[in-house]
Amino acid sequence: MSKNKTAGYKGPHGYQKRKEGDGRSCVRYKCGLTNTIQDVLRQRPGWMEVKDDGEWDFNWCDVGWLRENFDHSYMEEHVRICHFRNHYELTRKNLMVKNLKRYRKTLEREAGRIEAAKCDFFPRTFELPSEYHLFVEEFKRSPGSTWIMKPVARSQGKGIFLFQKLKDIMDWKKDGSRSEEQRDETQVESYVAQRYIENPYLISGRKFDLRVYVLVTSYIPLKAWLYRDGFARFSSTRFSLTSIDDQYVHLTNVAVQKTAPDYDPEKGCKWQMQQLRRYLTARHGTETIEALFKDVDNIFVRSLQSVQKVIINDKHCFELYGYDILLDQDLKPWLIEVNASPSLTASSQEDYEMKCCLLEDTLHIVDMEGRLTGREKRVGGYDLMWNDGPVYREDVNLETLGSACFTANTHLGCVNDRKKQLRQLLKPFPGKKRI
Amino acid sequence: MMDEGTELSLTIAQIVQRLKATNLHSQIERQAKECLHRPEIQLESLKEDVRNFLKASGWERKLQNAVYRELHVNWEKRILKSLNSMCTELGVPLARKRPAVEQKELTNKWNEMGTDEPDLSRFRPVYAPKDFLEVLISLRNPNHDSSEEASAKSHWGLIQVPLHDRDIPQMREAYSELSLTTGQLGIDDHTHVPPDLFESEHILIGKKVVNEQDSAAAQQYSRQGCPTGLRADLWALVLNSTNEPEDVMHYEQLKAGVIHHDLLVDNLIYKDVKLTASNDDYYFVFEDFLYQVLLCFSRDTAVLEHFSYNSATPPKSYIQGKVGVEEFAVVYPPNGVIPFHGFSMYVAPLCFLYNEPSKLYSVFREMYVRYFFRLHSVSSSTSGIVSLCLQFERLLQTHLPQLFYHLREIGAQPLRIAFKWMVRAFSGYLSTDQLLLLWDRILGYDSLEIVAVLAAAVFAFRAENLMEVTSLTSAEAVLADLSTLKVMPLIQIFLFATVI
Repeated sequence: MSKNKTAGYKGPHGYQKRKEGDGRSCVRYKCGLTNTIQDVLRQRPGWMEVKDDGEWDFNWCDVGWLRENFDHSYMEEHVRICHFRNHYELTRKNLMVKNLKRYRKTLEREAGRIEAAKCDFFPRTFELPSEYHLFVEEFKRSPGSTWIMKPVARSQGKGIFLFQKLKDIMDWKKDGSRSEEQRDETQVESYVAQRYIENPYLISGRKFDLRVYVLVTSYIPLKAWLYRDGFARFSSTRFSLTSIDDQYVHLTNVAVQKTAPDYDPEKGCKWQMQQLRRYLTARHGTETIEALFKDVDNIFVRSLQSVQKVIINDKHCFELYGYDILLDQDLKPWLIEVNASPSLTASSQEDYEMKCCLLEDTLHIVDMEGRLTGREKRVGGYDLMWNDGPVYREDVNLETLGSACFTANTHLGCVNDRKKQLRQLLKPFPGKKRI
Repeated sequence: MMDEGTELSLTIAQIVQRLKATNLHSQIERQAKECLHRPEIQLESLKEDVRNFLKASGWERKLQNAVYRELHVNWEKRILKSLNSMCTELGVPLARKRPAVEQKELTNKWNEMGTDEPDLSRFRPVYAPKDFLEVLISLRNPNHDSSEEASAKSHWGLIQVPLHDRDIPQMREAYSELSLTTGQLGIDDHTHVPPDLFESEHILIGKKVVNEQDSAAAQQYSRQGCPTGLRADLWALVLNSTNEPEDVMHYEQLKAGVIHHDLLVDNLIYKDVKLTASNDDYYFVFEDFLYQVLLCFSRDTAVLEHFSYNSATPPKSYIQGKVGVEEFAVVYPPNGVIPFHGFSMYVAPLCFLYNEPSKLYSVFREMYVRYFFRLHSVSSSTSGIVSLCLQFERLLQTHLPQLFYHLREIGAQPLRIAFKWMVRAFSGYLSTDQLLLLWDRILGYDSLEIVAVLAAAVFAFRAENLMEVTSLTSAEAVLADLSTLKVMPLIQIFLFATVI
C-alpha cells in the first residue's frame, strides 16, 4: 500500500519505455521473506526498509500476503510488487495443465497440428477427482505404466507419491456410489495424476531435473527474460523403477533430498547449469544440445503464452518464476512445474552467490532507479527472451531481414560474465560515483 | 606411516654403497681412468675436468638414472611393506576368491557400487603425495659437492638434482601455438569475442580432423584447445584409444576378474573414491564409474608393460611363506600400481567425456601409461615429477625471485604447496572446464611440462597476496581455491609476457 507522499517524482512515465533519468534515488521497500532477498535488498544503495504499515515503493511479498492485501491496495504508478494477482494460473499444477490444454486446442484449430505439437512438453495429466474417469480411460490404455500423484497446491515435494495400480488412488475416485454425506465428510484434496516419465536422462545412473529462472515483467505485451545460471538437482540415489516407494529416488527437490537417510549436505546434489550444458555437449555434440536448449526455450514461451490472456496484467507486477524441467533419454525436455516463489534459501556458498546475483539482476530489470532505456537485450545474467515476439541475438534490420539465420537471444547454461556487462550497461546509482 | 629425514638419508647412503659394487660403477671408474689421457684434462682442475667429461659423454646421466631407479625400487618396497603390514594387522588377505553368493551380489550391483557402504575405517591410504615429496627431496646427487651449495647460484628450492630443463625462451619456441597472437580455446572463445575471429574456424577444422581420423593432426590441433563437442573424439584419436570388440572383451575380462577375486587394494580404491571424488561438487555423480574403472584397472596386467619404459620395477609380493623365492613372486596388485590418496582424481574428469565404461577405461588406461604414471614415480624423464618440480622451482626462482625468497624465509617453500597440484595434474583443484583445457595441451604437446608452467603461473598470479603473508598456513590459504582460475590466460601471460 502506498500513498502519494513521496518527494520528488510526479507525473506519468511511459509504461515500457521509461525515459532515462526518471527514477527514484530513494526506494522504500517491504520484504516478507527472511532469506537471500533480504540481504540483496538491504545492500542495494538508496533502498530502505519500511516496517509494518509504512508506505512502500517496492514489495517483495509472499503469495499469502498478496492474496490478502493485493485487492485492497492502491498502488502509485511507480510502485512495484513481485507477483501477479492470479499467478496461480501458471503455478498451480491443475490450472497450468488446464491452460496449456486449452491453448493447445486453440493452436490446433488456428495453426494446425504441427504447431500444436510444439505444446507437447507436458506429460498426460488429469485433475482428480474431477477428471477421474478420463484418467481411468488413459490409465487403461497404457497397462503397466507408472503415474505420479501430486497435490495441486503444495510445494517442496510434499504429498507426492507414485503408483501403478488404480487401487492406490481409490480416495480420489469420483463416482455416484458415495453418498452426499460421505463426500462432504471426506473432502479430498485436489491432486493431479501425471504420467511418470519412466526413461529420464540419467547421469551415472542418477536422475536429475533442471531449475531455470524466468522473469516476466509484463504479460500484455509479453516480455520475458531468461537467466543464464540455474542448476541441475540430482537425486541422491540411483534411479530404478523397481522401488517406486522410495521417494528419494524419484523426487529431486532439494527439500526432499535433505531428509533422505544418506543425504550428506557436504555432498552437494547440484550442478551449475554451465556444468550440465558442458557435460551434455561433450557427450552429444554442440548441435544436438543447441537444439535441446531451443526446445527448452519453447517451453517457457509457450507456457507463458498459454496464460497470457488469463493472467490479470498489471504494470505494477513482475514475477520471477522457477521452472522445473526434466530431460528424458531422447533428450526431450518436459515441463514438470512452474514455481511462483522459487526457493531463495541458499544450500551452499556457491548457491548463495548465484541467488544474490539473480536477485540483483532482477532488481536491475525492475529498474526502480530508472537507469535503463527499455531497449536492452541483456541485463547482467538475464537475456531478453521474448518481447511481444521472439528476440534474436542478431540485430534485425532491413539488411539482415533476408537472412534465414537468426539465433534466439537465450544463453541458458552459457558463460555469465554479468559483472562486466553491468559495468558497461548501467550508470552508477543515483548519488553514487561509478566505482 | 612414512619416516622422513634420517631414514631416507640412510637409504641414499645405502644406494650409493650398493652402486659402488655394480657393473655401472666399474665402467665409470674405467672411463674416468681412461679419460686422464685426454688433452682437455688438466692436472690443476682434475676433478672438475673429469666430471665435465663424464657429463658430456653421458655417463653421469647413466649414474643418475641408476640412482633414480634404485630409489624408486626402494620406495615401492616401502609402500608394499606398508601394504603387507596393513594386511597382517587387519587380518585381511592381499587377495581372496569370492564365494559364489558374493559374486552374484556384486554382479547385480555392478552399476551402483557406490551404494555399498563397506566399513573402511580400518583402512588407510598407503601414502599421500606429501610422503612422496619427502622422498624426492631426499634425492640429492651423490656427487654433489657440499661446497657448491654455498655459491650464489645455488638452487633455493627443495629439489637438488642437476636435471636439465628448459628456460622461458626455449619454451616460447616449443609452445609457439600458445603465443599471444595465436587463437586459443580458453581465451578466444569467450562470449565477447566474435566467434568468426577464431572459434568457428577452429571448430570446423576440428570436425575435419575427427572425420579423417587423423591422430597426428588431432595432436597438433589439441595444442590450441579442443571444442567441448569434439573433445571426446579428439582425445581418443590422440591416444589411439579404440572401442573395438577386442577392447570391450578385454574390459569384460577384467570385470570378471573383479567379480571372482577381492583384492586388498580394492578397499583402498573405495576409500579413495569416498574421500575425494565423492566429496567433490562436480565429480560426486560419477562415483559408480570410478569404481568400475579403478577396480578393473588394478587387475590389468597389460599396464605392467609400461614398466618397460618406466625406471621402476613393479612391486612384488610373495605367496605365503615363500618370501624371496622368485618362483613364488607375484606382482601385486596385478597391474603393478598401488593407488595413493587422490588417485581416483585421474579418472574423474574423464567421466565428463566418456560414459561407456569400456571406452572410459580404454582412454584412462592410455592416459595413465603415457602420462599419469610419471607423476608418482621417480625418474629422470623430462615429463617426470622430479623434472616438473625442478622446472617449477627454477621458473619461480628465475622470474619471481623476490616472491620465492620471501616464501622461503617464512617457511613456505613453494613446492610444498604446488606439489599436490602437479601430482594430480591439477585434477580436483581447477574447475572441470579449465582442467580439460589444460589436459588438451598435455595431449597436444605429449608432455606434462605445462603442468609445471601452470603451477609457476599460479604463483605469479597471486604474487601480490603472497608477498603479504607471514606463514605457511596463510600462504596455503591464498592458494587454497583455484576454482576460479582461467588456465590459458595465466599460462600465456607467464610464457609470453614475462620480461626476461
